Amino acid sequence: MSVLVVIECANGEVKKSSLEAASYGSKVAAALGTSATAVAIGDVQANALASLGEQGITKVLLDNDSRLHDFVAAAYVKVISKAAESENSSVIVLSNSNIGAAIGSRLAVKLGASLATNVVALPQINGSSFTVRRGVFSGKALSDVELSSDKKIIAVKKNAVDIETTAGGTATVENFSADLADADFATAPKETIRQSGDILLTEADLVVSGGRGLKGPENWHLIEDLAKTLGAATACSKPVADVGWRPHHEHVGQTGITVSPNLYIAVGISGAIQHLAGVNSSKVIVVINKDPEAPFFKAADYGIVGDATEIVPKLIEAAKALDK
Amino acid sequence: MKILVCISNVPDTTTKITFSLDGKAFNTAGVQFVINPYDEYALTRAIELKEAQGGSVTVLNVGEADTEPNIRKALAIGADDAIRVNLKPTDAFLVSQQIAHYAQEGGYDLILMGRESIDYNGFQVHGMVGELLGIPTIAPAIKLDVNGSTATLEREIEGGKEIIEASLPLVVSAQQPMAEPRIPNMRGIMTARTKPLKVVEPVGQDAKTSVQNYELPPAKSGVKMIDAENAGDLIKLLRNEAKVL
Repeated sequence: MSVLVVIECANGEVKKSSLEAASYGSKVAAALGTSATAVAIGDVQANALASLGEQGITKVLLDNDSRLHDFVAAAYVKVISKAAESENSSVIVLSNSNIGAAIGSRLAVKLGASLATNVVALPQINGSSFTVRRGVFSGKALSDVELSSDKKIIAVKKNAVDIETTAGGTATVENFSADLADADFATAPKETIRQSGDILLTEADLVVSGGRGLKGPENWHLIEDLAKTLGAATACSKPVADVGWRPHHEHVGQTGITVSPNLYIAVGISGAIQHLAGVNSSKVIVVINKDPEAPFFKAADYGIVGDATEIVPKLIEAAKALDK
Repeated sequence: MKILVCISNVPDTTTKITFSLDGKAFNTAGVQFVINPYDEYALTRAIELKEAQGGSVTVLNVGEADTEPNIRKALAIGADDAIRVNLKPTDAFLVSQQIAHYAQEGGYDLILMGRESIDYNGFQVHGMVGELLGIPTIAPAIKLDVNGSTATLEREIEGGKEIIEASLPLVVSAQQPMAEPRIPNMRGIMTARTKPLKVVEPVGQDAKTSVQNYELPPAKSGVKMIDAENAGDLIKLLRNEAKVL
């Protein structure tokens, strides 16, 4: 029996969400009296993986087939299920990303496992009962779910668990091969288009988001300037995406992206219930709105009543004055 | 081309979520149920493809009789016929089993659905159905075109998108901006009444998870207002008090 953590990598590094999954997996392993192994896929070198020991991982299996640098569900599932078999894993932990969901759902069928996605806390284990807490109703509620199969797969929500770091920990890295065939790559992408330069919204600790209160796309630079000064990602409300000021992949809310950063600054967003659903697991929420009755203030930690075009420049100035 | 669109019956996005006192059940009293918004993108794209290329669109819902108004709505928007699997959808695997069984029976070229339901937020069914049928799933797709037996898709990834070509049959889960949802017109509503809606019995009862209870997240303790004149003080509070900068 062991716990297997799936590590996603990009640009030669382990993603932050996978460090969270590794910390989570190590704690589950400790609770079950076993060890945590990781399986790493993607564009990464062995030395970047050894430091997963700091998150409590003892061993990392690395499949460095270069065809795995792009995500292909069938191939990834094959690698992970083979790793789970060789490690005799009873619990598999991954991050609740687009990749994690695609793999987790197929793996659950293949292994006959119970799957819980969007998980926000460590499991409650009592004898044979194994329960996890997950986000439901698009962030409006939480639910405890029992996983009844012998094998369990847990997809951990981003920024919901802390990254534990024990300085100096080292994991052994072993090469691993699932003997992938060309047929496993049938749905490999023909082309990948990456957004340039910006901080990834789904991975960001800080998010600055704008709504219709900005009046028009000509004022969007205020959002970008504040985000840049703070080192934050930018996002927008649904109306802003619907009228085309900003692309849909920046739309945060019930039918868009759900974020849970440490700090969410909403500028000129009234706080419709659908928008709140996408942001209400943020640790600290700041609302700037010229309408003192905007419903968003009820969900905020800090608020300023005023016009975005007057307030945001003051914030940028104050942020620049902070010593780093 | 035969297209199957799986739809889920969910509380309207404006619903204030509440639970029974013991936390075991979602309070449905006074709640308006709608077609899951993500499923509506899938449904609309399916109808667009049918209009352009011919074929048929069947909608499938796993649910009890109370979901039929929304199945009729899907027919009014333009689906040709519907299947309701008479089962309360309590678990993603259980739902996937039903979809895979009836999808296999109907021999569909394309199985479309939303990326997740806005109530359970599982984001699981598309992959489970693909694995049960032994065919690929592309999730979440923001664009879908079909040419003969090949689909061209754009898949959203963290920090960008991929362009993928895949052979049918295929499972695809939809996300914005795949299609602009349509409002049913009067003619659609009239014809929907007579379109076939077949009620079938569930296959298997293999739920692998069970909800124990629900809870609302802790409420915010109250907002601290900062005067607009001294807006810059906010940044100091975020560093020294909230400690997030």
